[in-house]
Amino acid sequence: MRQDIVIIGGGPAGLAAALAAKEAGAERILIVERDKELGGILNQCIHNGFGLHTFKEELTGPEYAARYIEKVERERIPFLPETIVIDIAKGENGEKEVTAMNKERGLFVIHTAAVVLAMGCRERPRGALNIPGFRPAGIYSAGTAQRYVNIEGRMPGREVVILGSGDIGLIMARRMTLEGAKVKAVAELMPYSGGLKRNIVQCLDDFGIPLKLSHTVVDIKGKKRVEGVTLAQVDENKKPIAGTEEFIPCDTLLLSCGLLPENELSLNLGISLNPATSGPYVNESFETNVSGVFACGNVLHVHDLVDYVSEEAAAAGKQAAAYVREAAGNGQSETEVVCREETQVVLEAAKGVRYTVPSTLNPLRMEDMQLIRFRVDDVYRDVFLKVYFDDTPVLSQKKRVLAPGEMEQVRFKKEQIEAFPKLKKITLRIEKEAG
Amino acid sequence: MDRLEYDVVVIGAGVSGSAVARELAKKERRIAVLERESDVCEGTSKANSGIVHAGFDAQPDTLKAKLNVAGAKLMKTLSKELDFPYKQNGSLVVSFEEDGRERLQELYERGEKNGVEGLRILSGDEARALEPALSDEVKAALYAKTGGIVCPFGLNIALAENAAVNGVDFYLNTEAEKIECGQGGYRILTKEREFLAKVVVNAAGVHADTFHNMVSGHRLHITARRGEYCLMDKKTGGLVGSTIFQLPSANGKGILVTPTVHGNLLVGPTAENIEDKEGVNTTADGLARALKVGARSVRELPVRQIITSFAGLRAHEESGDFIIGEAEDAAGFFDVAGIASPGLSAAPAVGVYVANLIQARFPAADRADFIATRRGIPCMAEASREERMRLIAENPAYANVVCRCELVTEGEILNAIHRPLGATTLDGVKRRTRAGMGRCQSGFCSPKVVEILARELHKDMGEITKSGAGSVFLSGYNKETMGASI
Amino acid sequence: MEKKEMICINCPLGCVLTVERKESGEVTVSGNTCPRGAEYGRTEATAPKRVLTSTVRIRGERGRVVPVKTAVPVPKEKIGACMEALKEAEVELPVQIGDVVMKDVAGTGVGVVVTKGMGE
Repeated sequence: MRQDIVIIGGGPAGLAAALAAKEAGAERILIVERDKELGGILNQCIHNGFGLHTFKEELTGPEYAARYIEKVERERIPFLPETIVIDIAKGENGEKEVTAMNKERGLFVIHTAAVVLAMGCRERPRGALNIPGFRPAGIYSAGTAQRYVNIEGRMPGREVVILGSGDIGLIMARRMTLEGAKVKAVAELMPYSGGLKRNIVQCLDDFGIPLKLSHTVVDIKGKKRVEGVTLAQVDENKKPIAGTEEFIPCDTLLLSCGLLPENELSLNLGISLNPATSGPYVNESFETNVSGVFACGNVLHVHDLVDYVSEEAAAAGKQAAAYVREAAGNGQSETEVVCREETQVVLEAAKGVRYTVPSTLNPLRMEDMQLIRFRVDDVYRDVFLKVYFDDTPVLSQKKRVLAPGEMEQVRFKKEQIEAFPKLKKITLRIEKEAG
Repeated sequence: MDRLEYDVVVIGAGVSGSAVARELAKKERRIAVLERESDVCEGTSKANSGIVHAGFDAQPDTLKAKLNVAGAKLMKTLSKELDFPYKQNGSLVVSFEEDGRERLQELYERGEKNGVEGLRILSGDEARALEPALSDEVKAALYAKTGGIVCPFGLNIALAENAAVNGVDFYLNTEAEKIECGQGGYRILTKEREFLAKVVVNAAGVHADTFHNMVSGHRLHITARRGEYCLMDKKTGGLVGSTIFQLPSANGKGILVTPTVHGNLLVGPTAENIEDKEGVNTTADGLARALKVGARSVRELPVRQIITSFAGLRAHEESGDFIIGEAEDAAGFFDVAGIASPGLSAAPAVGVYVANLIQARFPAADRADFIATRRGIPCMAEASREERMRLIAENPAYANVVCRCELVTEGEILNAIHRPLGATTLDGVKRRTRAGMGRCQSGFCSPKVVEILARELHKDMGEITKSGAGSVFLSGYNKETMGASI
Repeated sequence: MEKKEMICINCPLGCVLTVERKESGEVTVSGNTCPRGAEYGRTEATAPKRVLTSTVRIRGERGRVVPVKTAVPVPKEKIGACMEALKEAEVELPVQIGDVVMKDVAGTGVGVVVTKGMGE
């Protein structure tokens, strides 16, 4: 099988990337999806609040997905359902070889010029949190519980404690309450919630569910099925404080303790990952260090709004199409070749900034408007976001509040960057003073 | 109440009970194995280091020494016959003190006496040349070429399955409650049935003292010694190639750092005597201790890569040795008790040893039709391209990936369910196929595995359990108990 | 005079709003940083509404469900009654996005619609 662009993952990122690539003129595009249908995790996110930026209305997850799926169908972009990619390798002449499996075709290889990684992320499991106690049934990641309740119509349990106040955990607190469970508490290790304010109000406060900040689970009781958990308050080093333990009887513990980009395929291909995001380092074109392989959505960095996923993925899809055009039959012009090899400007995430996407950019290739997304490492109030081009301050933006749970962004016009022809480094930092 | 008669009843389908049952099945005997849990390999056998010890630890002339060395020697052949993962990866006992050399020398000599081959004492630098990740603190080490690693579930399940194929009846969810001596044999009472047998093999792990003391005046006392472990992501399994022990202490062989046979990195166990013989819970202190002590052996223990932690109970008997043999005052009652470390390594030899003891007292004729080999479940993750194509051609379900982390397909899960002594629970599928053992720890695949189990066993999803009665996954449907909280 | 405190949800700032309702019926909001906060406080204090999302059973199938939502927000205090009403609801496949499952859920005058096409 031969393709121009293979998109791995048919969730919001893959769908938007496919559409943008098509719009940019790419011909042979194939979406490979591990599930039966397109839409990815949105299919089980039946709550509303999606699409405010993109469609100026509040949609549920399946509705948001449907808007893109309809377009993909209209554009006749093919997709392979229930197909899993098990390997991506570098082939001859810059080609990539995608090895996949499904029931219909068995094991097969797709040769392609470009690959868009859109595999999404997974939830951090209990083990990664190293919660002591027994290992009975009744411990679920919030996403697993969401699938049971929203797709299978089944309740994972009746009396629930949730660890972690990420958005999926908060959403599930409400869902399970509505469907007849008693959610007894949401415990959050940090002194602040990782979820959106709106979700704390509408998912917890509306139902009188207590949010216990600076708390964690220190023991799980129950040999066969969860019988209860012990919560304790933690100190500033996140260590449990003796004497603050409280036993809460329950039959279910949901974990909503963060998401991790799923980059096993990327690693095998030799793609470098940013330890701050666990996603690939990408340039202005969302291209990884392996030429012709692009990344977008939650496999690149975990987003809180699907609208941004779609926006980012569309950019990646468009760039993948441009790559295919350039690579096609020696159609490369001299200048374009030079462009690719041009030294890149490095983006530095300095004090207070955990990471930036992209992490490098090539001024000759950037779009008229370059968007830089980033997250901060702590809650900051009344601070300034500063941007430096090498040592020259070029931006000082007052921020009333910055929180790790909210993705931030800053934009630059191409001219602004071109005004610094010898630019080597763009630095983002959080500072107290306007200076 | 059903009354069933057997020549031999084995209590416990752990690795020892299963090894004995398989060995006994080589003769003309009617054999039953009683297991209180819903699957084999549910106690001590499922939660240990998965190490095949070379055999230099135990004092010469003890059963531990003899059966460890013999078991380790049998392991490789057995792994081929019964198709379970085993690897001879070598082991190092490291010393952090200059004077540790003397103690290493003692171990070396003990090893020689026990018949361990290929032992060598290395300097710190020689050890680091072999294992570059070893900490700079390591001053000397004892290298044992014959040390190995094995999949504890793989070994236990293979033995049990092969026993079942050879006619051994396994009664799962069947807890022996009482044993009575009668004329010419024993009566073993369970909730639903009563078993009569001339010979009883007591392989009940931490509970073996309870059964022994029901029929014998010579009391046994078994203490549950808890060991806590942390298991790390497969991407860290390459940190060390061999198993790294520290010089042993009074409480056991100390905390080791080892690759597992599947390529994860394992750190543990702690050693703590506890009252509760079901106390397989981990503790914050225990896990912290395992990591702290383990971290001393290697330069950088990847603690951020932990994917799960667990605890197991070793059955420690006061004498310090395995208690294997016919009870003095209870003819036909054979103990396989106090099987703490190196019980897993010794298991193949324990089987042979116990079968010989029983044969000497209760002879039975050879069987001509014993099937000595078994094919395991195919493993797509490790199969070659050609092998994968062949499996998919045989059954397209081998192309349907259920567990992404470990690349386990529907085909493998179907195989696990439908083979002899097949999986009926999520944990059963997990231990047979590794579905759910990867870095996401079953977040993605558990709903799919539950669905497959329900479909294949003709049950409702709500009846599928993690590990038998009481461990259901789901509790009814949406909106059944509404109104309380809104 | 009635006084309520609440946290504004419009942005990460999370302003603590104080909403007062005078005897005259006039409602004032303080503590807000922007007009959106005032608007939010006023609605939350006087007539809070929510879009309710849930699932309804598929006729003839055990467990499997179709996701639904109220077509527009319903009064917050009616959510329990709406869920009770949905308990009895069933759909038959196939369904399309926007198919009406209930015309007027729990006397709110609001319809419940399907949010995912299924069963084609």
